[in-house]
Amino acid sequence: MKLNSVFALVLVSIAILTEPAFSFCGFYVAKADTKLFNKASQVVIVRDEDKTVMTMANDFKGDPKEFAVVIPVPTFIKKEQIHIADKALIDHLDAYTAPRLVEYFDDNPCRPIVMQEMASRGVAAAPPEFKKDSQGVTVEAKYTVGEYDILILSAEQGHGLETWLRQNGYRIPPGASDILGSYIKQKMRFFVAKVNLKEKSKLGFSYLRPIQVAYESPKFMLPIRLGTINADGTQELFIYVLNRKGRVETTNYRTVKLPTGMDLPVYIRNEFGEFYRSMFDNQVKKENMEAVFLEYAWDMNWCDPCAADPLSQEELRNLGVFWISDGGNSEYIMPVPDGALDVFVTRLHVRYDARHFPQDLVFQETGDRENFQGRYVLRHAWTGTDSCEALTEYQRQLPKRWQQEAETLASLTGWDINRIRKKMDLKEEPKKDDQKWWERIWND
Amino acid sequence: MSVLIRAKLPAELRSNDSSLKTWLTDPRIYQIAVLGSLLFYGIFRLDFEVRTTQAVVTLAAALLTQYSCTRVFKLPAYDPRSPLISGLSLCLLLRTNSLLVVGIATFVTIVSKFALRWKAKHIFNPTNFGIVIMILLTDRVWVSPGQWGNVAFFGFLVACLGGLVVNRASRSDVTYAFLAFYISFLFCRALWLNDPVSIPIHQIQNGAFLIFTFFMISDPKTTPDSRAGRILFAFLVSAGAFAVQFVLFKTNGLLWSLAFFSLSVPLIDWLLPGGRYEWKRMASQIIDEELIVQPQRR
Repeated sequence: MKLNSVFALVLVSIAILTEPAFSFCGFYVAKADTKLFNKASQVVIVRDEDKTVMTMANDFKGDPKEFAVVIPVPTFIKKEQIHIADKALIDHLDAYTAPRLVEYFDDNPCRPIVMQEMASRGVAAAPPEFKKDSQGVTVEAKYTVGEYDILILSAEQGHGLETWLRQNGYRIPPGASDILGSYIKQKMRFFVAKVNLKEKSKLGFSYLRPIQVAYESPKFMLPIRLGTINADGTQELFIYVLNRKGRVETTNYRTVKLPTGMDLPVYIRNEFGEFYRSMFDNQVKKENMEAVFLEYAWDMNWCDPCAADPLSQEELRNLGVFWISDGGNSEYIMPVPDGALDVFVTRLHVRYDARHFPQDLVFQETGDRENFQGRYVLRHAWTGTDSCEALTEYQRQLPKRWQQEAETLASLTGWDINRIRKKMDLKEEPKKDDQKWWERIWND
Repeated sequence: MSVLIRAKLPAELRSNDSSLKTWLTDPRIYQIAVLGSLLFYGIFRLDFEVRTTQAVVTLAAALLTQYSCTRVFKLPAYDPRSPLISGLSLCLLLRTNSLLVVGIATFVTIVSKFALRWKAKHIFNPTNFGIVIMILLTDRVWVSPGQWGNVAFFGFLVACLGGLVVNRASRSDVTYAFLAFYISFLFCRALWLNDPVSIPIHQIQNGAFLIFTFFMISDPKTTPDSRAGRILFAFLVSAGAFAVQFVLFKTNGLLWSLAFFSLSVPLIDWLLPGGRYEWKRMASQIIDEELIVQPQRR
């Protein structure tokens, strides 16, 4: 009797725990290269009430002498508010929140067992570049932090600032003075960073590390206008927001969720990067390049499927999550009850240029804690041999399912459906259902 | 003091006449149609975050609450039009993941019409009050001002439709005054900052802003009685909204400003009492069924 009930309990547990929607294991299938998106920047914003920590990645590959960054900031910045971060943190966050490709393997229809889903890592965004130039009038402060020489500038008018920057070796494109003037009138200061070659060689890094700035301001925004004058063509920007309240969105532009959850043809396994890029291009076109796209919004206590290991408390603190206590020594976060790790992550992806995005991005925190992720599904058909009615029915359904996958792919990416069908070895045959009822009456 | 002399209203303007013509001339029917279409457009074309369940719960709760209040406050008749408008506006603006919050918000919205009154007018626009109270009370509610995007076509469409509604309601002065003041503020700011004109244009091309202007601030029940009062009110609300957005850097400046300055309407009415315009307005339409007004015989 006791054994029976234990057995029953085990069966029930298996039934519950192996619900495909909730059980995943990590399985690397495909990852789109970080070079997928050209001229992309990455910014991590940590925000709670008015306190903000911004981490800006750059992937500058040229001569360090040429590197310069100019960032409008809402307040004066003291040396203690500046920090140089580890690039690996941003890469980890990127991998963790990236859209992911998941695969399922169909069971033998004659013997249905609930299978575990295999999850896999998906696209990651490419980092680099956050190049800005400007000229200042009052050098309010001068620091050397890490491999950077940093100046905090304030100016009285844009032209003066532009001239100063040019005279001090910062190349600044024409048209910047108006934008600089606008920021100056809004009482913003300018955070200007150049590489200190001596420090850099002392520290021994071969690449330029991300700069972090902590400040307090009611303005919850990201200045993008300066970036647009530099650019020829569009820019790509990935924004990760870590906060306590919930999903973050832009208030002056539409925030749109990327289409997610679709079944895709199995051959996409080797073309996931290309798929994702085309799909994003298509979505941008649909929204007339006037929208910001949501790719991930999730409570950081858990993930499902996990595209990367969860971030440790130390990593989060280093990214600027200041409300996490110092005590934790554990390297990995165990899934814990709600509230243990009070961090919510939002990943936004925006392609912009001056014409479509005239204003700086302004954000708001919402109370939305619903989870969202970019997740694309491959279903491998069962190819074994067996004999039962269920199998015949299953095999009959397969072409229909494949047609549907092809159509989904075509509508998501804008690719030619015939090309897709060819890759799937799918003939465009008129389905039996397309026949009119009278065509099926007589057989002669 | 003006004297109202009894005279017969044209047949189609008499409130007892329930003919189709009466219905069609009631601005609220147009408002319901426009809001309903906007909601439809938002859900199906703009992928709004409003689920059908939420919309159904909102409208049902609005109608139920109105019914209960009709009984409690002993109104002569049950009128579904006003709660429908409030409900549709809530669907368009209120965002939350909790159906319970939806229900409470709707309840608070409708009850405010009955509970918060001053001299036969309710103080707050119901939807405005409902949203503001819920944002103050809970974290689980928000408004997404950017969700409509800046599709010029949409902006134009809303303006046209809104204009229709507004004209029929003859509350144009508040709407146009507000538009004039707020747009001026935006353009003046752009001029001062030397920003390209594309920025204030982008700021205006916002569906939420247009909906607020044509459907919320123009609420006949909550605006001052006199024209001068309404223009002053429009100025205050636009200045307040501008301050919230560009001085305090908070979102939804329009909603906060309207809620705050709605409290000043009784004061404005006392300072600038309704004059001849009020009489003229009331004679030409039948929004307020508690009043029966007839043209003055000279």
